[in-house]
Amino acid sequence: MLLGKLTLDAIPYKEPIIVAALSGAGLLGLVVLALITKFGKWGYLWKEWLTSVDHKKIGVMYIVVAMIMLLRGFADALMMRTQLALATDGHLGVFPPEHYDQIFTAHGVIMIIFMAMPFMTGLMNIVVPLQIGARDVAFPFLNSLSFWLLVSAVILVNLSLGVGNFARTGWVAYPPLSELGFSPDVGVDYYTWALQISGIGTTLTAINFLVTIIKMRAPGMKLMQMPIFTWTCTWANVLIVASFPILTGALAMLSLDRYLDFHFFTAEAGGNAMMYLNLFWAWGHPEVYILVLPAFGIFSEVISTFSGKRLFGHTSMIIASGVISVLGFMVWLHHFFTMGSGADVNAFFGIATMVISVPTGVKLFNWLFTMYRGRIRFTPPVLWTLGFMVTFSIGGMTGVLMAVPGADFVLHNSLFLIAHFHNTIIGGAVFGYLAGFSYWFPKAFGFKLNEKLGKAAFWFWQSGFFFAFIPLYILGFLGMTRRLNHTNNPAWDPWLYLACVGAVLIACGIACQLLQLYVSVRDRKQNMDVTGDPWNGHTLEWSTSSPPPFYNFAVVPHVHDIDAFTDMKEKGVAYKVPQHYAPIHMPSNTATGVYIGGFTTLLGFALIWHIWWLAIVGLVGIIGAMLARAYDNNLDYYVQPDEIESIERAHFEQMGIDVDNYSERDAEKPRRGSRPTTTA
Amino acid sequence: MRNFRPTRLLWGLSPVLAVLLSGCQGGILDPKGQVAADEKSLIITATLLMLLVVIPVIVMTFLFAWKYRASNKDAIYTPKWSHSNKIEAVVWIIPIIIVACLAVVTWNTTHKLDPYRPLDSDKKPINVQVVAMNWKWLFIYPDLHIASVNQLAFPKNVPVNFRITSDAAMNSFFIPQLGGQIYAMAGMETKLHLIANEAGTYKGMSSNYSGAGFSGMKFNAIATETPEQFDAWVQKVRAAGKPLNADAYLALAKPSENNAVAYYAMPEPRLFDAVLHKYMAGRQSLAATDDELKLAALTKRLCETPAVKEQ
Repeated sequence: MLLGKLTLDAIPYKEPIIVAALSGAGLLGLVVLALITKFGKWGYLWKEWLTSVDHKKIGVMYIVVAMIMLLRGFADALMMRTQLALATDGHLGVFPPEHYDQIFTAHGVIMIIFMAMPFMTGLMNIVVPLQIGARDVAFPFLNSLSFWLLVSAVILVNLSLGVGNFARTGWVAYPPLSELGFSPDVGVDYYTWALQISGIGTTLTAINFLVTIIKMRAPGMKLMQMPIFTWTCTWANVLIVASFPILTGALAMLSLDRYLDFHFFTAEAGGNAMMYLNLFWAWGHPEVYILVLPAFGIFSEVISTFSGKRLFGHTSMIIASGVISVLGFMVWLHHFFTMGSGADVNAFFGIATMVISVPTGVKLFNWLFTMYRGRIRFTPPVLWTLGFMVTFSIGGMTGVLMAVPGADFVLHNSLFLIAHFHNTIIGGAVFGYLAGFSYWFPKAFGFKLNEKLGKAAFWFWQSGFFFAFIPLYILGFLGMTRRLNHTNNPAWDPWLYLACVGAVLIACGIACQLLQLYVSVRDRKQNMDVTGDPWNGHTLEWSTSSPPPFYNFAVVPHVHDIDAFTDMKEKGVAYKVPQHYAPIHMPSNTATGVYIGGFTTLLGFALIWHIWWLAIVGLVGIIGAMLARAYDNNLDYYVQPDEIESIERAHFEQMGIDVDNYSERDAEKPRRGSRPTTTA
Repeated sequence: MRNFRPTRLLWGLSPVLAVLLSGCQGGILDPKGQVAADEKSLIITATLLMLLVVIPVIVMTFLFAWKYRASNKDAIYTPKWSHSNKIEAVVWIIPIIIVACLAVVTWNTTHKLDPYRPLDSDKKPINVQVVAMNWKWLFIYPDLHIASVNQLAFPKNVPVNFRITSDAAMNSFFIPQLGGQIYAMAGMETKLHLIANEAGTYKGMSSNYSGAGFSGMKFNAIATETPEQFDAWVQKVRAAGKPLNADAYLALAKPSENNAVAYYAMPEPRLFDAVLHKYMAGRQSLAATDDELKLAALTKRLCETPAVKEQ
């Protein structure tokens, strides 16, 4: 009773693959912990990172989580491709359905919710406040809390590997398969609680950023002058606020079915699974635009910066993103044309879906005309962008094809569908995040990433993508459906082998990226970004140092143009030394987010295993931590001018500007690419 | 390069093309019935329409990237040029025109290919009731008083009307070479109308994941050359078949994987409706006629050992 449903049988110690994976991960974790202890970094980690409310540090932590989960989700992908390359012609492969079905479910959930979302949120955290000239987000503590809720959900998902099991339902968890009758174990509960917890975090983040963007823009920055990445994030956040409550509601109803014998979605007793499908996709479809819109913003920033040109059709881009957001909310039914809706309904949703390709097409043309008459530098972010434009055009086309109900009837649930959405999510969202990663990396850390390895990573990813997914398009045409555990059709075999090769190529790409991080950190002294503006950027994030001081801007900039920083550089005020500094109001760090995240993990774990006393402990802990925070008076402080002065002086000196003998002409000096001088 | 001839290149590629094309056998690009053929030509039409935009975009990407590379100092450079009403008009209007064309195609074909629309034919259609179970397909021929598991047969050029439900998780009934799929859901009935215009044996499957035994949930759909061959098949089933009464159904409903073909004769006449109704328990009190009472009794019987609760 004390442990609810939890018994020793929940630990899969008899499964060699899981034991090996767990001990590997455990060993790696121990090594990391030992290293932190050895170098005495616990205090630093706790004070400077874990309890930080600084949006830049929270952003970095989001991306660290995203990358760890990318490795886990990709390991799942490799296992799936290996299984399907081995389990042909009557062979059963290495993973029985009982294990394999968890792998594909985990792969989908992890890649969408725990890789793509945190990656996007991380980039947004680092960049958006800087782009609008703000010193932090509107609610810095809430931001920290959002992050720790995500971590809590990530812990639960990874726990399912070693304690109990994950869902075997596919990442969509359609009832009645996800109901108690068919899935009596804890797998679906891990799924629902992990999604609920991270979903709350995501919703809070969206509210936080919407308020930040609306209320905290630098003076002079009109809405239509906001940088395009900030704009696309705004639309994504609107979509989050509007759609995540639907997911929360749907999962809550599923949980009521599972815990309290409700019958919202069961087959019997008046329940209706079709309602779940509608609700799930009413969230699920906006979700893909939540992922891809910020990536569109990144491509816009990258292509305009590295073409040395103003973005073509800034207003048109904003409107197109808005149209995509609004329409993205009205097309969810295209995920189940085959559920038996009438022809009128299907045709309506099909046509609504293809209308989305109009603003998307406009965006593609706008990127093209940004390149037109530019001076394009082929850096890794540009390669990702060009790769995206080619890849995504194909993915968009196959998407519109599937929006035609008559075509969808034969393509639905086939590997063609799998190829399509990987085409848009990898070729759209992930390429965008990776472009953003190498584009803003110097801003976050003060040095550039190694270009050669960055380019190698791109070519492996790009070629790996085509090798892995073009065969899936063909397999879809050949009638192979998704989520199969083994196949018995010789015509499919060569394509399955080829897809496996593609996965290995992508693995090489990921290896290049890890190597790139290592080499770049090692050689950071040669690649320092001393000016804060390594790419000759257009927007405000490049106007401050790299990495920016914790208060972002010593003096809040005044904005007069869409490309605010280019405007400042042209007017010769970009590197102006201020006469004096005013005190800056900043939020204090707090551990409350960490504590609430910890108690939420306990609560989630207890609910999954029906350990009711522990659930009460978790809940009381959460409420207690909130109350303690509510009565905490030590929330903020003022940075004094002399501290600001010394930080800013160091930055100016690094750039070679003599602060004491400063003349107005110094502000105009173009300093791109200058090396640290002896004064540094 | 004087010896280069494009035809030679084509000859060189021909084995590759042959492999690629032969690879299409058995899939949705190798249709054997009117519905599937219409769906294939729809896919091709829609793809060609979209390529009108997609190919220029891809070509322009390479072209612009190359022409305006930083090292090409001869190219014009206009760092502030960022707006053109003409270009904006073109990039909005061209996609709109193409989507408008596609929308017309979509509206018409969606109605024409609606799975619920009975096919036009002067032949009397064959009725089949389909029950998706864990993890096999039960096909009931109500008019012929036979049933089969994981095997389906009908003569070519005769429309087949399917009524589909599930006595387990959600599945999707799909015979790729004959046309589109439709979900099979417990407590609900969906409809599908297909036809085979060529004799042959076509693969059928569930295309919606439904649990551990899902990968083995396959069946063969046999389109016979002549009605006589179909009659022979019916006779074979009838001769070999055990009666499909409530007990036999309940035994069959127990979860099992990779089931062999099985034949049944004399299925309980209200079996399909009872499977549908068992998920609506409690409504039986509305039964008034003798027939409805019988259905209610059978439904109640099926509910006694709910198959779905066993794993």
